[in-house]
Amino acid sequence: MFYREAGQFKTTYADDQALLPIAQDRVGLIIVLAIAFLVLPIVASDFFLSSIMIPFLVFALAAIGLNILMGYAGQLSLGTGAFMGVGAYSCYKLTTIFPDLNILIVLLLSGFFSAGVGVVFGLPSLRIKGLYLAITTLAAQFFLEWCFIRVGWLYNYNDSGAIEVPQRELFGLAVTGPHATPETRYLIILTIVAVMTLVAANVLRGRIGRSWMMIRDMDIAAELMGVRPLYAKLSAFAFSSYYCGVAGALMVFMWLGSAEVEAFDINHSFLVLFMVIIGGMGSLTGCFMGAAFIWVLPVILRAIPPAFELDILAATMEHISSIIIGALIIFFLIVEPHGLARLWRVGKEKLRTWPFPYAT
Amino acid sequence: MSTALDEVQTPLNDNTAVASEAAPVLLSVDNVSLSFGGVKAISDISFNILKGEVRAIIGPNGAGKTSMLNVINGFYHPQEGRISYKGKTRKRMKPHQAAASGIARTFQNVALFSGMSTLDNIMSGRSLKMHRGLIWQMLHVGPARNEEIAHRQFVEGIIDFLEIAHIRKQPVGKLPYGLQKRVELGRAMAMQPELLLLDEPMAGMNLEEKEDMSRFILDLNSEFGTTIALIEHDMGVVMDLADRVVVLDYGQKIADGTPSEVQANQNVIDAYLGVAS
Repeated sequence: MFYREAGQFKTTYADDQALLPIAQDRVGLIIVLAIAFLVLPIVASDFFLSSIMIPFLVFALAAIGLNILMGYAGQLSLGTGAFMGVGAYSCYKLTTIFPDLNILIVLLLSGFFSAGVGVVFGLPSLRIKGLYLAITTLAAQFFLEWCFIRVGWLYNYNDSGAIEVPQRELFGLAVTGPHATPETRYLIILTIVAVMTLVAANVLRGRIGRSWMMIRDMDIAAELMGVRPLYAKLSAFAFSSYYCGVAGALMVFMWLGSAEVEAFDINHSFLVLFMVIIGGMGSLTGCFMGAAFIWVLPVILRAIPPAFELDILAATMEHISSIIIGALIIFFLIVEPHGLARLWRVGKEKLRTWPFPYAT
Repeated sequence: MSTALDEVQTPLNDNTAVASEAAPVLLSVDNVSLSFGGVKAISDISFNILKGEVRAIIGPNGAGKTSMLNVINGFYHPQEGRISYKGKTRKRMKPHQAAASGIARTFQNVALFSGMSTLDNIMSGRSLKMHRGLIWQMLHVGPARNEEIAHRQFVEGIIDFLEIAHIRKQPVGKLPYGLQKRVELGRAMAMQPELLLLDEPMAGMNLEEKEDMSRFILDLNSEFGTTIALIEHDMGVVMDLADRVVVLDYGQKIADGTPSEVQANQNVIDAYLGVAS
């Protein structure tokens, strides 16, 4: 009833091409951002911020990275975990080699290493398509995992074999390391994710994003329209891996505090892959929905029994939540194989015409 | 922004006159042969396309018509013979180079980008004309935004021309076949090609849709001066639209001339109707 664009006339192409052409969407986004930036840091508990919101944002960013590659450019990848690892390890190396460099710059620089590695492992995509390409990206996953274990230089020959995040400060405020408060870490991560999402949206609606979608939908026609598959595919790999790399760096520096190779294993790649599939391929909103579904929902489910003082073992609850999540995944994929984002869009379409579903 | 407006209003070139024999040769195919293993798809074919004309390529099924188009836009590389386009002879050419040199095409089976809207599909035809780099695209302000809007303006001109304004925002996958064909023509038009190759633009259409499509092709030829090479099975359409017709059969050229000449040619009649043995 309230979600309707009646009366909102576009008089310029600039208005028509805006990211959110409908005013209600813009207001909604502003409200969400206001809550995320202003209300949550004040209201939310430390547990909520550091165990729900921070991982949620990290995974959403990684899902955006994978979605650019899979949903927009049509190249399957199972190497997300490893690409995140490259980001994390290069961030660690950079900040230990240049301790005085601004940590934000280090975080954003580390993505470039990941992008470079992504391009190298994206080379097979010029010859191989679909599931076969996914198998070749497994090579990236296993090779990089091997590097994280065997190349001691990457973790400064630490006895534990893990990377320990040193304390770094921004404007005299600890942002990484054990003394950083969840609020600071949350706000930094939120800012980075918000800006990077906007950048992704901009790229995707322009010439470069269109060339990725052309390759995805019909590569022969794309080539005949002047898109060079080499550039389009490798740039998609680079861009996607950059996002994954920054997500990995944020994961270790802002969330976990220290990490071993297990944090970047194949299960991690699958987790992000599921987020993209559940959320919706080819949708940025879907990345956030998928991350919320796969990460936040189990945390909430596990928190239910203690809240109602039910006497269920933690292990049992773990299993129950797995069952519920599994059932929900099946349910949503049957209802809408294109993911939660499509469900959301269909819902909005229905709202626009309600209560006259045949009036278009 | 003003540059794009000019582009919309002034056609690609002002060669609006129907091609006469005096018109310069745009593309010439000389003794081209193409084979796949032992199968000879095209053997020793020569013909030319003059600037500004509508050239039809006809022939029974399997005559090598589509292979010929694929050779022209660099998708296949002929084993023998050469192709000169705009006076330049080329050895091997990649499809994207052909696109950059002004050759566009549509496909026999619609090859639209099914996940994108009509608008985005036609905008994708502008890819080669957009130059703003990644940094500008990321920010989507200033030049990148103006570029996008300028091209949108150009694309809206095509949308008007093809009368598809009502499906501008719809995903093309859901459109009826006739409209998909029209969007595909629009996408090729957006490239502002000098030579437009149409592979059966009217296949599977009803009479009304065929008439619409014929009108678009003729207008495109006369208003924008685009040279058109088309493959078509509907003889009525071919005879009405084409300035000159080349007839292929089993990979060989059996006739070449004006529609009336071709119609009277005994080889053509034999190829289409069969010969009593």
